[in-house]
Amino acid sequence: MSSWAAVLFRRDLRLSVRVGGSALVGVLFFLAVVTVIPFGVGPDLNLLSRIGPAILWIGALLATLLGLDRLFQADREDGTLDLMLMAGRPLELLVLIKCLAHWVATGLPLVIAAPLLGIFLNLDPVATGSVTLTLLVGTPALTLIGAIGAALTVSLRRGGLLLAVLVIPLAIPVLIFGVSAADAAIHDPVPFLTPFLILCSLSLIAAVIGPLAAAAALRFAGD
Amino acid sequence: MFQDLSFALPSGTALVVTGANGIGKSSLLRTLAGLVVLAGGTLRLEDGEDDRLPAEHAHYFGHQNAVKAALSVLENLSFWQGFTSPVTTSAYQATALSPEAALDLLGIGHTIDLPAGFLSAGQTRRLALARLLVTPRPIWLMDEPTSALDKASEGQLLDLMNGHLAAGGLIVTATHTELALAKTSILHLRTTDPVFPEEEDLPA
Repeated sequence: MSSWAAVLFRRDLRLSVRVGGSALVGVLFFLAVVTVIPFGVGPDLNLLSRIGPAILWIGALLATLLGLDRLFQADREDGTLDLMLMAGRPLELLVLIKCLAHWVATGLPLVIAAPLLGIFLNLDPVATGSVTLTLLVGTPALTLIGAIGAALTVSLRRGGLLLAVLVIPLAIPVLIFGVSAADAAIHDPVPFLTPFLILCSLSLIAAVIGPLAAAAALRFAGD
Repeated sequence: MFQDLSFALPSGTALVVTGANGIGKSSLLRTLAGLVVLAGGTLRLEDGEDDRLPAEHAHYFGHQNAVKAALSVLENLSFWQGFTSPVTTSAYQATALSPEAALDLLGIGHTIDLPAGFLSAGQTRRLALARLLVTPRPIWLMDEPTSALDKASEGQLLDLMNGHLAAGGLIVTATHTELALAKTSILHLRTTDPVFPEEEDLPA
């Protein structure tokens, strides 16, 4: 298993960092969303630091959605997906590896950029750390859930918008527990670990359901 | 799409599917490739690997080249070699070429480090063809294999196809041009209702 998986992972990673890839666009979009918020809500530093974790999470959700529509579509358009279906490799695993590569290329940069953007939002170090940690365990769930939407809309020419509509409701639990874990770290009496562990479990559940559902949708789209 | 269609193909033989545009030649190939689900009937492959579907013994060489413009020629080909599982059976023994050797054989060895987006249509086609040489699989499903190829590469393609047949492979190809293959049967698809799609065997 290992060799073909590594080959696929490296290829997807290469494609996303080269010309036309979505790695840099996502993090720039994240930057744009987060920087316009202080202009919108005004120079109220207390307010900003209170809503900061939520803004970072919503920004990460939108930035993740931005690159997802090409996850399978780019491969379908040039016939690669057909060949992947025939390659004799388990499709669920293939989806999981593509998601992993996609997350490393687009999700991980968001996590790395989050501490920097935390400064824009007047977050103290503890809050910054907790948001970064929740993004680290939570954004894989967003990618994996998004893969279902990407697989369902693979044959649509402008599927990106439909994908967002399909995926956002499913991503709400991740958002709730991500933000509440980050908030819990700031406001002392609330325990941090409970929502954080639920967030971890959401990611693990998404790692099972996402590839299964996306693979089923891709098989169906093959007709 | 079709009904009452049946054919058998012994090893080392090519099946040339002919017929008018829109008759379903490509659909037949996509069905054999497992990309379209059979509404009824069966596909059977004798002497294949038991845990694989017939489609997983096949290479599909269709209209689309599955070449990523952002990757170099070698990266494209190495990916397919590493990703596609090779299949050999007792009737079909072929050795895999290295990506470099396959590209040299097809005359695009000098482009090896170029991004594939720089290749011409014919060169991209040859890069797609190289995929069939780096992973041995007994069945080649080829949809209009000669499109975008010049005369010289067309001859080379025929040599490769004959080599594949000589090694005991199978080829199913939909084409409008005459292909001088060693051992062919012709499957001509027709619409006329009462007459079933007819099958005739022609010795070459």
